[in-house]
Amino acid sequence: MAPSSEAILEVRDLVKHFPLSQGIVFKRQIGAIKAVDGVSFDLHRGETLGVVGESGCGKSTLAKLLMALERPTSGQAKINGVDLAKARGSELKRMRRNIQMVMQDPYTSLNPRMTVGDIIGEPYEIHSEVAPKGDRRRKVQELLEVVGLNPEHINRYPHQFSGGQRQRIGIARGLALQPEIIICDEPVSALDVSIQAQVMNLLEKLQNEFNLAYIFIAHDLSVVRHISDRVAVMYLGKIVELGKDADIYERPAHPYTQALLSAVPVPDPEGREGRERIILQGDPPSPADPPSGCRFRTRCWKAQDICAEQEPLLEIRAGGHLSACHFAEAHDVINA
Amino acid sequence: MVKNPSIDTSLLPADAATEPLLAVDNLHVEFTTRQGLVRAVNGVSYTVNAGESLAVLGESGSGKSVTAQAIMGILDMPPARIPKGEVRFRGTDLLKLSDQARSQIRGQRIAMIFQDALSALNPVFTVGWQISEMFRVHRGMGKRDAMKKAVELMDRVRIPAAKQRVNDYPHQFSGGMRQRIMIAMSIALDPEVLIADEPTTALDVTVQAQIMELLAELQRESNMGLILITHDLGVVADVADKIAVMYAGRIVENAPVHDLYKNPGHPYSKGLLDSIPRVDQKGQDLYAIKGLPPNLLDMPPGCAFHPRCPYRRDNCVTDVPPLYEISGTRGSACHYYREVLDGTVE
Repeated sequence: MAPSSEAILEVRDLVKHFPLSQGIVFKRQIGAIKAVDGVSFDLHRGETLGVVGESGCGKSTLAKLLMALERPTSGQAKINGVDLAKARGSELKRMRRNIQMVMQDPYTSLNPRMTVGDIIGEPYEIHSEVAPKGDRRRKVQELLEVVGLNPEHINRYPHQFSGGQRQRIGIARGLALQPEIIICDEPVSALDVSIQAQVMNLLEKLQNEFNLAYIFIAHDLSVVRHISDRVAVMYLGKIVELGKDADIYERPAHPYTQALLSAVPVPDPEGREGRERIILQGDPPSPADPPSGCRFRTRCWKAQDICAEQEPLLEIRAGGHLSACHFAEAHDVINA
Repeated sequence: MVKNPSIDTSLLPADAATEPLLAVDNLHVEFTTRQGLVRAVNGVSYTVNAGESLAVLGESGSGKSVTAQAIMGILDMPPARIPKGEVRFRGTDLLKLSDQARSQIRGQRIAMIFQDALSALNPVFTVGWQISEMFRVHRGMGKRDAMKKAVELMDRVRIPAAKQRVNDYPHQFSGGMRQRIMIAMSIALDPEVLIADEPTTALDVTVQAQIMELLAELQRESNMGLILITHDLGVVADVADKIAVMYAGRIVENAPVHDLYKNPGHPYSKGLLDSIPRVDQKGQDLYAIKGLPPNLLDMPPGCAFHPRCPYRRDNCVTDVPPLYEISGTRGSACHYYREVLDGTVE
């Protein structure tokens, strides 16, 4: 199903700073970890937005903000036009129903003492309007069938399932409340290669069936490309490039995106000697003390004086899509 | 090149020149568990020569790490047991050596890098102390000389400001830098074989690229044999000369890396390659190997891959396929490898 033009989630200048404090009796703030620092994007119904970036770039904090598990320092995240941070009580509960999450590690995100039926049915305890009590068992069995598990296994415990099957249980739990948005935080990275493809296919099937919108957070760029309609590249709490998958992968304009793409090992040994490699030096700076101006300038080979003084805005530049670099230049690094 | 003059050369028999540097021959490893006997490695054979990179590819539970631990002699025995097989280093079977003779080889001539550098380093000693320990213990150097060597090594693995950082503790380094320290420790005594067990799995892609480049460079400089254990088909394609694909404790295919990616000879390696997302397949279902990897306690009879195999016929259920020779350098453990190579599925 093609994504519609209606934005179901609007994120504007979302900021989350975690305070760093010193002292035991008299705590005083000595700084802040700028985990998410001004992120804006739209998500449309039935669309998949991939989010890529290295560890510490704020991907998972973004997911927590969208789940209303953390309160933003400033900025807004609107679901169907209602600001998540302003919602309270029953309104917040209704909004939470609409956005669900699939976790990375299917080994720790399922309670080992609960049966599969209890795990998948637990959301109904809180949102009892979705499934009346007598109806729940049947609903859970339907969900098991939807994600490709045997409905008769409803009374089994998580340890009786393999990693891929457990991830299916996590997905069924995410689907239980019939949300419109599902945030997938590294849903396949803990799985074996031969199982990853099965789970990816399931996620795509479910999207078509229920017209779900996904925010797909991952570090595996080929997996992100396969499933995403649009891709956002994050670096140190900011989106540095945002565009359609072909924009990002074939015409990346930001040097960080280019370096990221060229660092991904290509599963084909042909021509490996001649392949272009941009190897970044060093590690990302600390989000407690990001560089002035452009945050990538300390590792960038294009950096000039202006990069330290002026922060580049995320706007349409070379390549015809959004990027945040003063010297943006579309350059295909994969097929170069 | 005489590398380690202090080493007892009686370990080297006369035919060392014709033997590969390291040869694993029909190795079996089993573990006694409460649930029963787990046969983790069932007859694995591979060889590595000086300057050569061998990639061992497999999923969790395929026996790739256990094989490496058996080579290093760091398996806990019991519960592990090696009922059969040989690990020959320059012609000498390591499994027959005394513990003392083995510890002479371990770390000095065969070294290993582990996946998780933070848990492999000791948090209460400085990194300089841990690197220099190699020289103090194995070379009998004094503290000061050993520390000087540690700084040299940190420079060699390109840790910036090595002199200042030599007295830092592991937690003060980033993940990539910690892995560099692990590499510095492993190459400290100029080993002839380096085993890298998933060296970049815990790292980000940009750091992974740095580490893989460093490993390749060190290998070129010192002509080590490298065994790279991984599950990442991309990393393998980047660095390996030859590749051994493992499934359920056996090698199902071995081949020079170009041959395998061009035309895989075993249904499992073919399935893995086919399940990589490709640009032209966007919007379509990915190819997925159906089913699950086997439970090592309850292995299927015949070919271990048969329950998941699209090429399966009746004899696959009963006969364990040997590693058929496809050519001088290639082998496949599939009764129907010809059809797999031709790409015909019935």
